[in-house]
Amino acid sequence: MPDTLLSLSGVHTHIGPYHILQGVDLLVPEGGVTVLLGRNGAGKTTTLRTIMGLWTASQGDIRFVDHVITKLATPEISRRGIAFVPEDMGIFTDLTVAENMMLAASNGPIDEKRLSWITDLFPPIGTFWKSSAGTLSGGQKQMLSVARAIIEPRRLILIDEPTKGLAPAIIKSMTDALKELKETDTTILLVEQNFAMASSIGDTVAVMDDGRIIHSGDMQELVEDTALQEKLMGLTLEVHQ
Amino acid sequence: MSDTSIKPRIEKVPLSEQFFQKLPVMLVPLLALAGLLAIGNPASWLTLTVAGLAMGMMIFIMASGLTVVFGLMDVINFGHGAFVAIGAFVGFTVLAWLAGWTESPSVLLNLFAVLIAILAAMLVTGLLGYAFERVIVMPVYGEHLKQILVTMGGLIVAQQMIYVVWGPDELHISRPEAFQGSLIFGEAAIEKYRLVAVGIGLALFLAMRHILQNTKVGLLVRAGVENGEMVEALGYRIRRLFLIVFMTGSALAGLGGVMWGLYQETITAHMGSEIMVLVFIVVIIGGLGSVEGCFIGALMVGLLANYTAFLAPKVALISTIALMVVILMWRPQGLYPVVKAK
Repeated sequence: MPDTLLSLSGVHTHIGPYHILQGVDLLVPEGGVTVLLGRNGAGKTTTLRTIMGLWTASQGDIRFVDHVITKLATPEISRRGIAFVPEDMGIFTDLTVAENMMLAASNGPIDEKRLSWITDLFPPIGTFWKSSAGTLSGGQKQMLSVARAIIEPRRLILIDEPTKGLAPAIIKSMTDALKELKETDTTILLVEQNFAMASSIGDTVAVMDDGRIIHSGDMQELVEDTALQEKLMGLTLEVHQ
Repeated sequence: MSDTSIKPRIEKVPLSEQFFQKLPVMLVPLLALAGLLAIGNPASWLTLTVAGLAMGMMIFIMASGLTVVFGLMDVINFGHGAFVAIGAFVGFTVLAWLAGWTESPSVLLNLFAVLIAILAAMLVTGLLGYAFERVIVMPVYGEHLKQILVTMGGLIVAQQMIYVVWGPDELHISRPEAFQGSLIFGEAAIEKYRLVAVGIGLALFLAMRHILQNTKVGLLVRAGVENGEMVEALGYRIRRLFLIVFMTGSALAGLGGVMWGLYQETITAHMGSEIMVLVFIVVIIGGLGSVEGCFIGALMVGLLANYTAFLAPKVALISTIALMVVILMWRPQGLYPVVKAK
């Protein structure tokens, strides 16, 4: 049984008058991919943003490698080894691809060897190195967003819907890249609506609804149990394929 | 990597659109050309153009900090004018202490006196900027209405503090010997001080561009203007960066105050709030958060104000407002709209 890298216990988040997270309990084991599933508005993105400190939990504890990070500011959380790929990609469109990558390497100059690995993983990063990031296509921007998160070794990467709005060929490339990233022992907490993609790379899964985790366990168990899929999400994997 | 081939495709910006994007750069020469055609006499035009550029450069110095502060943290600082006035008063006080140097025929001593006055003004306004950000601005991040009210309050307090320290009367001071008088080019007389103002403004613009384009701090500022949240998620403390920018912006306002004061040779406690009208117009014309837009906007305001004051003095009263209206009808987000992901 792998060690727990990140744990959320009884986490509540309020945004203005809205009570979004209503007691989230989540364990992310070290190594592998944990997928967070759930319908729109279930609280998946809020969970990632709360972990990252972009919204502050009003109640509950978030622990990362045995340290409570609940009240830490976002830069401190990032510096502890958590990278974030937001749903809107968070690309600096006014900057070049190179400048985006330089900023992401917050601990010093870019490691050339790692950059070479990344450009093999995502060829457009190398091709458009000096181009303005604003001129990239949607898929290329998503690649840049993930590339930025892994330019330095991180213990945990939070990725919010990396396949949203992408063409099938790009989704397959992105899935393959995440699989390769998984081989490097990086832990990934992935929010994904595309169940087919999620099930192909996920090791563990948590399903959210109404601001709570309503199911957690092995991904393989959920893939094999269509009745449970239907119960949790209203749809089965077959519908997605 | 997958065997699925990705065909990288970069969106090409059409030539017509590229031209449209670059068009604002042409506005200053076009305005100068229009001024030449309207004025007719090249000597008068040259004098007015240098005067306009000098005025524009001084407004740019005062406005540049304000636009970056807005761009980076979405903070509307109506108290920015306080730093202009305090900078001018500190500068004038130092120049009064150094009267022996400013009245000396030695250009070097004159320059030293002005340099010390400028450094003192920038130091004081930079430190006041620190206090202003911590005490007044920090509690109202993200709340525009409160920012307007509280920074206006800060401006009033600062003006009253000027009354307390320097008294209610306006101060007069003569420019140092070396900056008095004019240089004659043919039939055109150009005030020396205006050339100095153009030089300092241009040097500041180039330095700001260099810092923004070629340094890590500049990179962070540009990224922060677009998406501050993501800059934080990458591990950078944007609040600290903002404090540095705020202090720098305040210090630049102080520099602008000294220069404007030397230009007018008279300063009052209200000079900051008076000049802020022009400063806000320039920031809006340029596009909130854009240094390049602010620079072009300031030069246009300076040139137009001088040309219209010569051609039709009554029109000069509304010329800058009219310019803002025309620019905003053409580009509602200003000359260089700043992309914001927030």
